[in-house]
Amino acid sequence: MFIVEMQSITKRFGDLIANDHVNFQLRKGEVHALLGENGAGKTTLMRILYGLYHPDSGVIKVKDQPVVIHSPKDAIQLGIGMVTQHFALVPPLTVAENVVLGYQNSFVLNQTQIEESVAEAARRFGLEINPKAIVRHLSVGQRQRVEILKALYRNAQILILDEPTAVLIPQEVDALFETLNRLKEEGLSVIFISHKLHEVTQITDRVTVLRDGKVVGTVNTADVTQKELAAMMVGRETFGVSRSEANSEKGAQKPMLELINLCANDDKNLPILKNICLTVFEGEILGIAGVGGNGQRELAETICGVRQPTAGNIRVDGQDVTGKTPSELTRAGLGRIPEDRHEGMVVHLTVTDNLVLEHLDEFTRNGVLDHKAIRQYAGELIRKFQIKAKPNDITRTLSGGNMQKVLLARVLARQPKVIIAPQPTRGLDIGATDYVRQQLLEQRQRGAAILLISEDLDEILALSDRIAVIYEGEIVGTLPAAEATPERLGLLMSGAVKEH
Amino acid sequence: MEAKRFPYQLIKTDTPPFWMRPLIPVLILLTTFLITAGLILTARANPFQAYYYFLISPLSSQVSFLEVLVKSTPLMLTGVAVTFAFATGYYNIGAEGQLYAGAIAAAWLGIVLGGVPAIFAIPLMIIGGFLAGMVWALIPALLKVRLAVDEVVTTLLMNSIMAYIVSAILNGPWRDPNSGWPQSPEIAENTMFFKLIPRSRLHFGFIVGLAAIAVLWFILTQTSFGLKMRAVGLGKPAAQFAGINVGTTTLIAALISGGIAGIAGVSEVAGIQFHLIGDLSAGYGYTGVIIATLGSLNAIGVFVASLFFGLIDTGAQTVSRALGVPVYLGEVTQAVMLLVALGMYLLQRYRIVRRA
Repeated sequence: MFIVEMQSITKRFGDLIANDHVNFQLRKGEVHALLGENGAGKTTLMRILYGLYHPDSGVIKVKDQPVVIHSPKDAIQLGIGMVTQHFALVPPLTVAENVVLGYQNSFVLNQTQIEESVAEAARRFGLEINPKAIVRHLSVGQRQRVEILKALYRNAQILILDEPTAVLIPQEVDALFETLNRLKEEGLSVIFISHKLHEVTQITDRVTVLRDGKVVGTVNTADVTQKELAAMMVGRETFGVSRSEANSEKGAQKPMLELINLCANDDKNLPILKNICLTVFEGEILGIAGVGGNGQRELAETICGVRQPTAGNIRVDGQDVTGKTPSELTRAGLGRIPEDRHEGMVVHLTVTDNLVLEHLDEFTRNGVLDHKAIRQYAGELIRKFQIKAKPNDITRTLSGGNMQKVLLARVLARQPKVIIAPQPTRGLDIGATDYVRQQLLEQRQRGAAILLISEDLDEILALSDRIAVIYEGEIVGTLPAAEATPERLGLLMSGAVKEH
Repeated sequence: MEAKRFPYQLIKTDTPPFWMRPLIPVLILLTTFLITAGLILTARANPFQAYYYFLISPLSSQVSFLEVLVKSTPLMLTGVAVTFAFATGYYNIGAEGQLYAGAIAAAWLGIVLGGVPAIFAIPLMIIGGFLAGMVWALIPALLKVRLAVDEVVTTLLMNSIMAYIVSAILNGPWRDPNSGWPQSPEIAENTMFFKLIPRSRLHFGFIVGLAAIAVLWFILTQTSFGLKMRAVGLGKPAAQFAGINVGTTTLIAALISGGIAGIAGVSEVAGIQFHLIGDLSAGYGYTGVIIATLGSLNAIGVFVASLFFGLIDTGAQTVSRALGVPVYLGEVTQAVMLLVALGMYLLQRYRIVRRA
C-alpha cells in the first residue's frame, strides 16, 4: 500500500537526462530518504512530484489514483508539501501570518483567530513556535519549523524536505529529527532528500539511492551499513579525501597570514566583521566553520581585496597588505580562489583568457598581448590540472568541476604562500570535490598556509589542522582538529558559548 | 485531465551547430525582407522591384556605389565609437551628441586654422574633434564611474542638450552673416577633406573610418587593454576580482568612444557640408548603436554592417524616386533588421525538439 507511486519518470534538460525511468514508492507513515550525490536527480524528482517540473514521461499515483500535477497548487490539494533550502517566508510578518498567507481565503483576517488556529496546529504536531513572533527575529532552525508548519497547516500528508539539515547546526538537526519522528507517529509520510549518510541511517526507514538520474535501489535502512549506502551512491566502496595526521612538525612555525582586529561592513554598510584575529601558519589548513551568512563571504572578500576593511590589518608573510588592490595582493603571494565560480571568472571569455586574466602584465609587451606565450601557458595549465576543455572553449560551457579546475589552476600555478579557499567544493560532485580537496592538501604539503572557509562541517573536519568558528562576524572559538567534536563545534556555531 | 500541450518545445543548447553561423545572416536578411515586404505592399509597390532598387541598383553604377561608401563613412565611425563603449559594458547612447561636439570643434577649427597648411590643419581638426567628443562624453562617464548613475539615461539626455546648444550657436553667434541661414560660416578650403575620387563626394573621412575599424580590431584583440575592456564588459565582478580596475577601464573606453564619435562629426563637416548645420547627422549616432549590435561588437562585423547600412540608406532614396515609396522605408528596414537579428541571435541557442 503506497501513498505515492512514481512510475518510470523521465525528465530531460537539453541533452542531460536528470531522471531516467525512475521508480519511487512511498509508504504511509514512513520517513524515506532520497540519497545521492549532487546532480543525481533527487531534487528534480521531487520538483516533479511538487508540480514545479513536468515529467517528459511516466505516471504519478497518489493514494492509488493516477494524477497529473501541473503546479504546486495541485500538489497541495493532493496533500503534498515541500520545504526547500530557500525558505519562502516574508520576514516582517508574524509566524501566524506567514502560515496562513495565500491559504486563508477570507477578505478580512482575524488576527486572534488565525494565531489561535496556528498555535493549535503547532501544538498538535509538537512544533514549538510562538505564532506571534516576527519571522525576521527567528533563527534558521525556527524558520524551517515555520515552513514545516505551513505545509502541515495546509493538511499535507506527504512532506518533502530538500536537504533540510544543510543550514542547521547539529543541535537544530536533533530537534528536527524529533519533529520528524513525531510526524511519523501522526501517520505522515516524509521524503528526506540528503547526501549525508549518517543522517540517513539515523532518521529514515527506507532509502532510495539515485545515481546519474537512475535508481540504484531501494533498501530498508536497518538492513544496510553506511559503507554499503556509500558504495551504492558513488558506485565505489571508498570515497572522500582527508588530511593525513601529524604532518606539521611542531616548533618554529612561521605565521603566513595574520588578521589583526579586522573589521568590515556588509553591503548595507552595517558592521559585519567584528575584530577578527586569526593567524594561519606555514603548511597549515585553518578551517572556518559556521552557519551560512555569519560573515564568511565578507571575510573572504575583505582578505581578497574586493571589500575594504573599516579597521584592522592584514599581513601576508609579515608584509602589511591592508587596503592593497587585488593585483598587489596577488603579487604579495596571496592566492585568491573566488567563492562564486560564476562571479570569479568572466564566463563568456575563453578558458585561456580566464587563466591569464589575473596576470595580464606578464603577458603584455608595450600594451600588446603576447598571444604565443599565453597559448603556451594555458596549454600547460590545462594539461597539468587535467581540465577537460580546449583552450578556446568559452568558460560558460564547462562543467562546474572543470570551471573550478580553471580557477585552481589560475591560483595554484603561481605557488602562492597563502591560499584563501571559500566554499571551494560547493555544488561539485564527489569526483570533483575529491580533486579540489586533494589539491588543497598538496598545497599544504608544499608549505602553503590555507584558510578554508566552508559551511560543510564534514569538509572542515576532514581537512583542517585547526578550526575556528565564526558566529555573527566574530570568531567565537579556535580549536585544534583533535579536540573539535561536532557537538562542541555545534555549540560554538549556534553562538551559545564562546571559547578563547 | 491531461492538458493539451504544443507538441514541440525549444531546448537550450550552448553550442549552435557549425553550419548555423554562416546561415544566420542569410536568415536575418530573408526574415527582414519578408516583414518589410508587407510594408512595401501597403505602399502599393512591388516588393521584388523595390528590393531591386534597394539593394542592386545602388551597386550597378559607379556614382551610386561611391555614394554608398560616402553614406557608410559616418556609420563606420559611430559604429566603432559605440562598439568601444558597449564592449566594455558601458551603454553609450550619446554618440549623436558627441558627434555634434566634434562637429562644433571642426567648424571652429576650420576657420581658425585658415592659414595653416592642410597637412597640419586636417590632423589638428581630427584631434580637436576627438577631444571635443571626449569632453562631451566625460560628464556621463564620470557620473557612471563615481556615482553609479545609469549611463543610458545620461548619455541619451546629453544628446538633447547638445541639440539645443547647436541650435543656440547657429541662431546666435554663428548665424551665417551672408545668407542669414542658421548655419556656421564655411570652413577654409585648406581644412576641407580632400576627395579620394575626383568629381565624387567620397572624401578622406572614408580612410579615417577604415583606420578606426583597424584601431578597434587591434585594441580589442591584440592588446591587454582590449582584453580588460572585454572582461569588464562580460563580467564586472570577475574582472574586479582578477585585479582589473573596472572604473578606470570603463572611463577610458567611454572617452575613446566619445572621441571617435566626435571624429564622425569632423568628417561630416570637413568632408560633406563644410558648415555646421542643425541636421548635420541623420541620426548617425543612434544608427551606430544598431551597427555595433548587428556587428556583434567586433571590427569586421561593424565594417560589414556599416557598408550594408550605407547601401540601405542609398537604396531607400532610389526606391523612393523610382516607386514613390516613402524614403523612411530605409530606416524602417534598419530597425526591423535589428529586431530580427536580436531575435535570431537569441534563438540560435535553442533547438526545436518534439515532445515525448
